[in-house]
Amino acid sequence: MSTRTILFKIYRYDPDKDRAPYMQELPVEVEAQDRKLLDVLVRIKALDDSLAFRRSCREGVCGSDAMNINGKNGLACLTDVASLGNVVTLRPLPGLPVIRDLIVDMTQFFKQYHSIKPYVVSNSPPPERERLQTPDEREELNGLYECILCACCSTSCPSFWWNPDKFVGPAGLLAAYRFLADTRDDATNERLDNLNDPYRLFRCHTIMNCVDVCPKHLNPTKAIGKIKEMMLARAV
Amino acid sequence: MKVAKRTFDAVIVGAGGAGMRAAVALAESGLKTAVISKVFPTRSHTVAAQGGVSASLGNSEPDHWHWHMYDTVKGSDWLGDQDAIEFMCRQAPQVVVELEHFGMPFDRTDEGKIYQRPFGGHMSNFGEKPVRRACAAADRTGHAMLHALYQRNVRANTQFFVEWLALDLLRGPDGAVLGVIAMELESGEITVFQAKATLFATGGAGRIYHSSTNAFINTGDGVGMAARAGIPLEDMEFWQFHPTGVAGAGVLITEGVRGEGGILRNDSGERFMERYAPNAKDLASRDVVSRAMVTEINEGRGCGPNRDHVLLDITHLDADVINRRLPGIREISIQFAGVDPIKAPIPVVPTCHYQMGGIPTNYSGEVVVAGEPVAGFYAAGECACASVHGANRLGTNSLLDLLVFGKSSGESMIEFIRRQPAALPEIPQGQIDRALARVDRLNTQKDGADVHETRLAMQRTMQNHAGVFRFKDMLAQGVDKILDIERQVLQTTIRDKSMVWNTARMEALELDNLIEVAKATMVSANARTESRGAHVRDDAPDTPEHPNGRDDANWLKHTLWYRDGNHLEYKPVTLKPLSVETIALKTRAY
Repeated sequence: MSTRTILFKIYRYDPDKDRAPYMQELPVEVEAQDRKLLDVLVRIKALDDSLAFRRSCREGVCGSDAMNINGKNGLACLTDVASLGNVVTLRPLPGLPVIRDLIVDMTQFFKQYHSIKPYVVSNSPPPERERLQTPDEREELNGLYECILCACCSTSCPSFWWNPDKFVGPAGLLAAYRFLADTRDDATNERLDNLNDPYRLFRCHTIMNCVDVCPKHLNPTKAIGKIKEMMLARAV
Repeated sequence: MKVAKRTFDAVIVGAGGAGMRAAVALAESGLKTAVISKVFPTRSHTVAAQGGVSASLGNSEPDHWHWHMYDTVKGSDWLGDQDAIEFMCRQAPQVVVELEHFGMPFDRTDEGKIYQRPFGGHMSNFGEKPVRRACAAADRTGHAMLHALYQRNVRANTQFFVEWLALDLLRGPDGAVLGVIAMELESGEITVFQAKATLFATGGAGRIYHSSTNAFINTGDGVGMAARAGIPLEDMEFWQFHPTGVAGAGVLITEGVRGEGGILRNDSGERFMERYAPNAKDLASRDVVSRAMVTEINEGRGCGPNRDHVLLDITHLDADVINRRLPGIREISIQFAGVDPIKAPIPVVPTCHYQMGGIPTNYSGEVVVAGEPVAGFYAAGECACASVHGANRLGTNSLLDLLVFGKSSGESMIEFIRRQPAALPEIPQGQIDRALARVDRLNTQKDGADVHETRLAMQRTMQNHAGVFRFKDMLAQGVDKILDIERQVLQTTIRDKSMVWNTARMEALELDNLIEVAKATMVSANARTESRGAHVRDDAPDTPEHPNGRDDANWLKHTLWYRDGNHLEYKPVTLKPLSVETIALKTRAY
């Protein structure tokens, strides 16, 4: 296999020493063991220890290494180097304040997640054994519970960029539907009340960037549609 | 350096399964609790667990905690403490049901109960035949569990300090633990967290090895901090190599794949486990399967152009079963092995996975040194050694461990905290200065060793000198090499001196912890001249006198490694359970 060189353009900003952010250009020769973008980033960091990014599981389940890769949000650990062209531009997730380099402040994102009360609310005292749920009822949670809170979706959503304080965003709404869809949850009305707001739910304009970027192939737009259906059904 | 101070009833370091289960207990009791984590809680490594959590619920066929206990003792090669094992197996159904009540999305049986699948070493009726004991949420059990525990903590209003790196344990003149000192990554600022009770739930240190299923964050921070604070480390020679890491990438493929019917094959397509474990076959204990695989590879029956792996075959399973029960595995195979397991087998190789040893505790989560609890100090999960896993952990007992001992340590802490006077003791300045000195050194050190290179040297040494099969000479050399590398670690240098989210500094501080674990492992392994569970040496072979190379007369005891002088002590294994009879010593066969 002939070697190739990728020109990386990486967003750099260290508030401790930089007056303004800048794009660092860095040619990197691809090596045989560079399967994923994260492999290359780890090698770059071995040479320049000041490059800051989050990473943990390196297998797409922890949601740490979300970033903007050639204009599209994704996880570095699931991005094949082979799929990348000869110029790769890396930026922090858009729409959230940058702390340093590829690390963003996710406070607002988690605040929205917390706002939907992300836990099962049950009115009955816990039984001796497990609460029963049929396989079909459980099936309803598929495509919802797998979210890794990487924020690729919410930070690709123009509605979230404009109103991160008011619009729950695709990740939070996916989680909201995960609890609405759970037969063990008794707080359906409160959950719908909580979302019945021109911003919290209805700022979704079905642009579907969220679906396009989700590294777990989940579909927040569909979940949002289901919440709207539930709201409508409740109104009539 | 300016150091702020905050006070709490309880401080928990680590927000994986164990830390968050303890946090639920503490926060719901109304005590002022802080959870410090270097990553956002749902990024902790519990998230990567796949196959299941064990509990004798008996949802699909008869099961009993006593059978679970028998399997765990046998799996541990009799090095596990039988009181702690009985405690864990008896608690299992309750903690799993609680988790379901917390909202965990378990898969379901047709009756609507929690779905259970077979797993390695899980047998009914004291080792007779495989039993379905692993409670699963598809092949994302750890993810589902970690999120459910985080969600329960959101409900309980637990106070998290997210992206803070704990630096060192703080102890009083009498040895009591008074809290920890930690650094906020975003600002580089350092704070003392004083508490009446401190829990370490910091996970394992699988990153001491070069090839590991573990996340980057698994750097043994709690274990390293404990060692530096004079706490011995128990049974650190025992590391589990998971049979099925993706060849080359190291990413985990759950044993649940074999639970659902997957088969390991060598280059001729032979189901070789039939020769090594005629009864349990592919579902033998992990140490047994890993050794069989390495033997196949060493004897030239490996697969691929370099004959350096074997194949995990599920092509005979219904595509529907794969998509329903093993969707994450299919994704991982496509992503990291480049094969769709519906169509072709997955190349796999034994990969470092789990630390059986750790900070010595009893089953209440209290850290125990020289037979006495260390006042105010608790540990749970992979960083702790209760010891329920002994010389080899059963699959799914890790998630059970963190639920049971996360809960029991949380409850012990509540009781302890309520007995303490309101006034907090003075923290000796020397304790704080010790941690600050490590940070100061990094800020000023010039011309030292490179962190990345030094870590790599350590990882390669561990891989080559303390792997699946161990050799007397290699272990002895390994000790010298690791002590050499320690000298490099003591003078690492970083180029990045920024105060803001300095990952170079974080990695250097993590390496301080990793090297303690590496030393403990190598020194303990070199000294244990028998084969037991995951620790198998060439000079302790299988003989009629010592079947499997196990030497109970001399080595049925726990290792305790002390950082000070690298010296070793030993303590007896607790053979007496809480209520049932001792599970008598036997030669282990599957």
